[in-house]
Amino acid sequence: MKWARNIGIAFLVTVALACVLADFAAPSYARQFRDEPGAAPSRQHLLGTDDLGRDRFARVLYGTRVSLLLAPAAALLSSFLAVLIGGSAGFAGGWVERIIMAATDLFLSLPWLFLLITVRALLPLNVSPVTSVAITFALLGCLGWAAAARVICADARSLARSDFILLARASGSSGFRLLWRQVVPNLRPIVFAQFWISIPVFILAEANLGVLGLGVAEPLPSWGSLLRELQSYSAITGQPWQFVPLILFVVVVSCFHLVLLEQESPA
Amino acid sequence: MSRQIVFRSFLVLMLASTLAVAQTDAQLRFCLHSDPKTFNPLLAEEDSSETVRYLTGGVLMRLNRMTQDLEPELATSWKISDAGKTITFTLRTGLSFSDGTPFSADDVAFTIQQMMDPSLHSPTGDAFRSGDGKTVSKVLTPDRVSVTFPAAIAGLDKLFDQVAIMSAKSPKKEMAVLGPYDVLEYKAGNYLLLEKNPHYWRQDAAGKQLPYIQTVRLDIQSNRDTEMLRLVRGEIDFINSLDAEYFDKLVQQNPALVHDSGVSLDSEQMWFNQVPTSPLPDYKKAWFRSTNFRRAISEAVNREDLARVVFRGHARPAIGPMSPANKFWFNAKLQAHSFDQKSALARLAQDGFRLQDGVLKDHDGHAVEFSIITNAGNKYRERMATMIQQDLSGIGVKLNVVTLDFPSLIERITRSFDYEACLLGLIGNDLDPNSSQMNVWMSSGENHQWNPNQKAPATAWEAEIDKLMREQATSLDPKKRKAAFDRVQEIAWEQEPFIYLVNRNALSAVSPNARNVHPVVLRPQVYWNIDEISISNEVARNR
Repeated sequence: MKWARNIGIAFLVTVALACVLADFAAPSYARQFRDEPGAAPSRQHLLGTDDLGRDRFARVLYGTRVSLLLAPAAALLSSFLAVLIGGSAGFAGGWVERIIMAATDLFLSLPWLFLLITVRALLPLNVSPVTSVAITFALLGCLGWAAAARVICADARSLARSDFILLARASGSSGFRLLWRQVVPNLRPIVFAQFWISIPVFILAEANLGVLGLGVAEPLPSWGSLLRELQSYSAITGQPWQFVPLILFVVVVSCFHLVLLEQESPA
Repeated sequence: MSRQIVFRSFLVLMLASTLAVAQTDAQLRFCLHSDPKTFNPLLAEEDSSETVRYLTGGVLMRLNRMTQDLEPELATSWKISDAGKTITFTLRTGLSFSDGTPFSADDVAFTIQQMMDPSLHSPTGDAFRSGDGKTVSKVLTPDRVSVTFPAAIAGLDKLFDQVAIMSAKSPKKEMAVLGPYDVLEYKAGNYLLLEKNPHYWRQDAAGKQLPYIQTVRLDIQSNRDTEMLRLVRGEIDFINSLDAEYFDKLVQQNPALVHDSGVSLDSEQMWFNQVPTSPLPDYKKAWFRSTNFRRAISEAVNREDLARVVFRGHARPAIGPMSPANKFWFNAKLQAHSFDQKSALARLAQDGFRLQDGVLKDHDGHAVEFSIITNAGNKYRERMATMIQQDLSGIGVKLNVVTLDFPSLIERITRSFDYEACLLGLIGNDLDPNSSQMNVWMSSGENHQWNPNQKAPATAWEAEIDKLMREQATSLDPKKRKAAFDRVQEIAWEQEPFIYLVNRNALSAVSPNARNVHPVVLRPQVYWNIDEISISNEVARNR
């Protein structure tokens, strides 16, 4: 399956490059060509225009950039929190682990979508679109650590009981030093896997928020806001080019999974 | 020759009998977007319950949705007296409810008593609550009844368009009705079946009892796409209210289906938060209180583009609180504010604002930036906000668009007042300003959105509006009322506490199988003359 992984990586790199070069390759994502709303693909607008006359190709590129840049950032944040919380719980064991894991279970049982909607409603209103997108993904990162924390906790617990940790303790290593120098490096494969798993999850979460109209603020595009255009069957029939963001979204998420599969497969 | 005459007569008889069969056996079908919450007509407040009330309820008088005139129904005549406090009805005689219970003045008195009972919390009754004290219904004779309210109510007679008369004696209670249909079967989440009321009082010009259609099937269907596909497939007969997007889609498929009845009573507007206690910085409060600032923002918004791009041409730039669809109350002297960014900048300059490197700054150097909230999921409002964002950037204003879930939005605009500007719409159901506009324009009103529940008017122009609204609400002279409300519209146009953006058109789709359908701008747009609608013979036979 190495070839599949290579294809996945190549595709992701291509998409990432295209997004980075969006400033040169496409017109402004926000400019409204009001005389051409809902236009079909043309030389001027490769994927046509949206309902406000904005160039859809530019919006796909910028939207992909937003999602591809910030979903890994949110995954990094959630993985960090998961290591901190899950790792500490597993390493400490006993009642500390029980309390932390009970809190994690409670956190997992919360309806995250409603939680996100509520937390987002409490945030200040007067923020720029770029800040709003950063807030959205930061929220996703802050709220998305619980499942990974459980996995990491289990791994940290077994590590804490392993012979090499016993040896390290016997050698005088303890507390934070033991956690940082011995446990965390050995948690790396599982943390890495959790990080990769989180990326498509956060992309999907932002898309869900976007579909509800609660994602990234206008005029900044994201995959969520682009997928909203597909909500109405009536609006898209006869306009197949509107499916490009959906296809790109599916392919990118699939590529992430291909990369992840290779990571998880035995070496 | 005589053979020909006999043959033609035979043909005519056959056609007539076929028509009769079709009309009596036919079923009309359309969709409700949710289950009706109640069958009690006095408690109806959402769309589905109001639809059932319209189809089943018999009213004393009915507003003709086409002419916008009041027409007698169960009451043959009525008279307003006692300086607008009392209305006396003369009723039709010999009528019965759908279960055969005779109709009399007692039923009218019973309905009014129920409606005004504070423990029932009737939304219909709210429009009649004119002051402290009891509403007294007096049965004068079996066909005459008078109702006296504690205080005068302007436009009193028109309010009775919403009051479906209930039986005081029928064991079926609210299910005994006087309208064209009564409820035959209801399967929650699935459908509601109405059958022709055998005791309905109206007849056509030829003396045939109305309605023509035997049953009306209301399918509960929340998905608009499915509703549209069902119309195209001929499974339903009309869609009462269409979005511009669906309208255009149907135009491409079958132009004969769709009807654009012109501008409706619905409006979309934005406003600035002018609540003195709101948690906004003082300099922003000063901006929002400034008439020049509001007028400048209004002039910087291209309403023509909003109507053309967002509503695909099925809307028109709004002028003020009354839509031109309201034939009597609209102030025809007013015009929509034109798109003029130069004029907007000149107005702002009067208040010390200046454009510096493409950024508008106030006299203290604060860059003009504010947020506008609207309800998430309403694509038309989100698009309007995005277009306004681009328009305002033309005068150096930075607008941040924020979509919120509806409960959060309501919390901010009614309790915490933690917002800067808001974009929402108003569904226009009532023609008379006394029922639809009092709570909006009185400074003490809850819906005086820019600064609600004021103890005393905050500005001179709000004080003048209060005075004019009271005048129109207490006067019984239609000309005086109109003059007072015309002035209210002028002040609203000059001060722009609400920046009216567009009035949507009333769009509907009707199958060619439905006959005698004349969509109008007032709700219910398509089936307002339900008892006169019929279905073509072929369709009637196949159902």
